Amino acid sequence: MGYTLNFSAVWRNFDHLLEGLGLSLILAVASILIGCLVGLVTAFMLQSRNRAISGVARVYVTAIRNTPILVLILFTYFALPQLGVRLGKIESFVFTLTLYAGAYLAEIFRSGLVSMPRGLREAGLAIGLTEFQTRTSIIIPIMFRNVLPSLGSTLISLFKDTSLAAAIAVPELTFYARKINNETFRVVETWIVASCLYVATCTVLAALLRIVERRLAIVR
Amino acid sequence: MEPTSFLEHIWIARWPLASGVGLTLIISFLAIVAGTILGIGVGMSLTYGARPLRWLVRGYTDFIRGTPVLVLVLASYYVLGTIGLQLGPFQAGVLALAVFCSSHVGEIVRGALQAIPRGQTEAAKAIGLTFAGTFIYVLAPQAIRQILPAWVNTAAEMVKASTLLSIIGIGELLLSTQEVIARTFMSLPFYFLAGALYFLINFGIESLGRLVERKMAVQS
Repeated sequence: MGYTLNFSAVWRNFDHLLEGLGLSLILAVASILIGCLVGLVTAFMLQSRNRAISGVARVYVTAIRNTPILVLILFTYFALPQLGVRLGKIESFVFTLTLYAGAYLAEIFRSGLVSMPRGLREAGLAIGLTEFQTRTSIIIPIMFRNVLPSLGSTLISLFKDTSLAAAIAVPELTFYARKINNETFRVVETWIVASCLYVATCTVLAALLRIVERRLAIVR
Repeated sequence: MEPTSFLEHIWIARWPLASGVGLTLIISFLAIVAGTILGIGVGMSLTYGARPLRWLVRGYTDFIRGTPVLVLVLASYYVLGTIGLQLGPFQAGVLALAVFCSSHVGEIVRGALQAIPRGQTEAAKAIGLTFAGTFIYVLAPQAIRQILPAWVNTAAEMVKASTLLSIIGIGELLLSTQEVIARTFMSLPFYFLAGALYFLINFGIESLGRLVERKMAVQS
């Protein structure tokens, strides 16, 4: 053993870690916001009567859900340029995480849509709304409230997945933790602080989401 | 001599890729088996443990679940060596995955055990079964049906998480793919191939899971 804990090197670089944490949060929130749009569209596509449309959506969801996200990240960053699509590190990562989130959210939204009572749509049509208006102003808002818990846990797991951005050198929390680790050799301290930052952020996020859920809950 | 087509390149790289697939399977298998055994212990202590044990185990699962797998892998690789536990990268990586797996399996087991109505335990007690008897004959058979679908999901999740070991230098499928790409510069087709192979493995696991589920379903 003979290892003495000395956190001073980590505290000196603490602002870097916080900076990284901030970027991690931004990446996660950006991905879930765009991912919600992708997921919604995909969920409606999954329900489509048209075989071709639902087939495309099904292939997208199945392919993404069964492929490791690290492979997807490396694919968009290193392989897409060969097709002429050149994205920056952060853009490429957000793109991948959005696609990834979209596939998971599509399943969540689909089950949310399935559990909507038929009467809602019929009522919307009966008062003269178009199919599109019924969806955007009746079905989707109610469905969103119902799936909020799953949406929250997706956000938290996306936040944890942002650590993979370190693999393509996006300067988020894990990237800085590795950097401090390699520069100062305060191995134990670095990883204790980094994982505590992740755990603390996840706990705070979960608490915030619970408050939002309670605020938005449908009173019965 | 100029190997040109992609198929030829695959043929040349067949052994590295095959050993990558093999190593991925071995890593996932070890992590799933160890994680499941540990996870059943975690789930049992969360459900039946004395209060101090329960708090301890709850802290463990919450901490592990709040930390990204990549951070767990890196921490296990760097930290354990520093505090005197000499593990190779393979052992450290598998350990991290097993710990991650155990916290998820633990939650699944706890959820399944708590979902069984209290009346079952009371009835078992009333006909004179001991706790072990109740567990083996009454609770476990019902819980397993609940656990299985989520457990198969976790197993597929572990195969995906095994890609993270490429970052600490384990030559599993992703790293061997990257090595082939470094030689051939054909990043697009080879990342695609890796993705397809992962997809096949996970698809296989899911089909197997569905088969077992059908076999174990209660005839009604």
